Amino acid sequence: MFGDYSIGDLGSIFVMQGFAGLILFSVYVLMALGLAIIFGQMGVINMAHGEFMILGAYVTWMTSNFFQAYLPGLFAGYFFLAMILAFLASGALGMLVEWVLIRHLYKRPLDTLLATWGLSLILQQAFRSVFGAREVGVELPQWMLGSLHVTDSIEVPINGVFVMCLTFLITLCVAYVMYKSRWGRQVRAVVQNRIMAGAVGINTEKVDRYTFGLGCGIAGIAGSAFTMIGSTGPTSGQLYIVDTFLVVVFGGAASLVGTIASAFSISQTQSTLEFFMSGSMAKVLTLLAVVGILMLRPQGLFALKVRK
Amino acid sequence: MSDEIKRGLQSPFRRKLLMGMAALPAITMLPRPSFADVPATSAINTTGLAVTDTEVTCGILHSATGTMAISETGSIEAEKLAIAQINEAGGILGRKIKFIQEDGASDWPTFAEKAKKLLVNDKVAAIMGCWTSASRKAVLPVVEQYNGMLYYPTFYEGLEQSKNVIYTGQEATQQILAGLNWIAKEKGAKSFFFIGSDYIWPRTSNKIARKHVENVLKGKVVGEEYYPLGNTQFNSVINKIKLTKPDVIFTDVVGGSNVAFYKQLKAAGIDLSKQALLTISVTEDEIDGIGGENIAGAYACMKYFESLDNPNNKAFVPAFQKMWGAKTVIGDVTQAAYLGPWLWKLTAEKAGSFDVDKIAAASPGVEFKGAPEGYVRIHENHHLWSKTRVGKAKLDGQFELIYETADLVEPDPFPKGYQ
Repeated sequence: MFGDYSIGDLGSIFVMQGFAGLILFSVYVLMALGLAIIFGQMGVINMAHGEFMILGAYVTWMTSNFFQAYLPGLFAGYFFLAMILAFLASGALGMLVEWVLIRHLYKRPLDTLLATWGLSLILQQAFRSVFGAREVGVELPQWMLGSLHVTDSIEVPINGVFVMCLTFLITLCVAYVMYKSRWGRQVRAVVQNRIMAGAVGINTEKVDRYTFGLGCGIAGIAGSAFTMIGSTGPTSGQLYIVDTFLVVVFGGAASLVGTIASAFSISQTQSTLEFFMSGSMAKVLTLLAVVGILMLRPQGLFALKVRK
Repeated sequence: MSDEIKRGLQSPFRRKLLMGMAALPAITMLPRPSFADVPATSAINTTGLAVTDTEVTCGILHSATGTMAISETGSIEAEKLAIAQINEAGGILGRKIKFIQEDGASDWPTFAEKAKKLLVNDKVAAIMGCWTSASRKAVLPVVEQYNGMLYYPTFYEGLEQSKNVIYTGQEATQQILAGLNWIAKEKGAKSFFFIGSDYIWPRTSNKIARKHVENVLKGKVVGEEYYPLGNTQFNSVINKIKLTKPDVIFTDVVGGSNVAFYKQLKAAGIDLSKQALLTISVTEDEIDGIGGENIAGAYACMKYFESLDNPNNKAFVPAFQKMWGAKTVIGDVTQAAYLGPWLWKLTAEKAGSFDVDKIAAASPGVEFKGAPEGYVRIHENHHLWSKTRVGKAKLDGQFELIYETADLVEPDPFPKGYQ
């Protein structure tokens, strides 16, 4: 298939294709971070993860409408405020859900699957009733559209670069919070041994609630960012949920490094294969590879070393 | 109807007698100004449908919940508008239309079950419904078994024809061929890149398009790609498009994927004012989600655009927006859904009956001169004769009409040489 093209053409396609892989990688990491915290750290199978993302997307849409109507002068910068609001909204809803629903199910992790799946259906219908069944279009400020002209044939999408920077930043924050801060140590202590953690004076209920809230909040930011590349509708969250679980499970549930490594390997495989064959086939082969590797290593790429 | 009569109906012998008696008051006693024109119920309903002296019941069967609610909401709205307008104008054969709405919930077995409920329990005289081919395929055996009448609004892949279905949307050749001819002539296009969602409609449509490009237009298809439904990452295929530099990108990507595709196309620096793109899957409804700025300049091949400039449409658009909100947009399928109740009315009046067999037999040749898309007529194969149009997407989310076929295009659900 390369016979007809010049070296220059191929070179620039190679660069852009590499970049496409990196963007996909960032998207996967951003989707999976929130779930890595909730599923990885707390063991809650949160099927409503996609809906928390879409809540963030709707918050972004409302912020954009608000700025257009009342503060058109500041429209260029609305996206940053929107992301913060998305974080707060999804985080608050997450804490509420934890208090009402999840905390009763910590001893029955499989039931969280059903409970959160029901929650996802409820949220979808709530979005549909509040915002309408049709998709909404989130208008972006001019500077976030289009592409950077690197050379005549190499163009880099600006929103891709934006997602990459955002992912990098949030990953750093999460890593810091989980591994360096006092609160992160408490979270990990609770995960490893709830009773002992309580015995040494950690308020485990509070830790649970904030951890769940943090995971949902990050999902909200992800949803906000994805208004740049995807659709915003009541059921759009379903588009992300499979890939998200794939990344987290493949990486080894309890490991942040694992999540990143798995996002990297899946995205690179996917985008390389997509270039050489049809998108559907690429997806099939990627999934086959993941299933194969999980059969050999059921604990995922990186597993926490625990005493059995 | 009193309880006594209801009990009486259980005996088949007494039923005929009582039905005749029940019709009597309608003729003799009711103070009805136009009673002379209103035919007796027993004459226009010989198969036990839900038709009374004043009302006729039809079903509306779409997804009001689930993934497909995005698309089907417009169809529900259009059908309710048409029913309201028909009732205002006196109804069908002197009877007001009463509708029973059921929710298919984006789930195909549910569609079949609800269709059965409408036909068996409610005895509806017709069903306006279905959207995806999958839902139609689920409902088809039910309407054939219980002899119902389905008015189906969506443009679809063809390869189907039933006595019990009127297809008010375009089948694939009707939608695609004229558009390809136009773009080949207008843009001198020789090379085409196909990209679609991975299910039956895009695959069948692209197969027809490929045959047409290769055999008739003597052009070349430089790429044909399919992505799973709901896919949100198109950067790799966009790179392939950049590498192959086709004259035309021909797309039938659907649903949420559509939004991702156009946003990423724009982000990758493909300027649709320079790169010709012809889509058969984007209507005004989809642009709402995609955003006009992301798709401006693209060409869409449809039979209806909200911006059409004709007297019917000038009345239809304000009426629709008055009922459903000033910001509501009207896409191709919404308009086709609007045709359903009207065609049913015209056919019932031509047949002088609500009986499904008579409706099915009377359908060919029924004309609807008030269609927002212009004039339409039902073909012997139960599809519609209609024009094919090409529109160019504008920033405000509307299409500008660029081209329309001079004559109505004949529906051809089983196209020879394209299979």
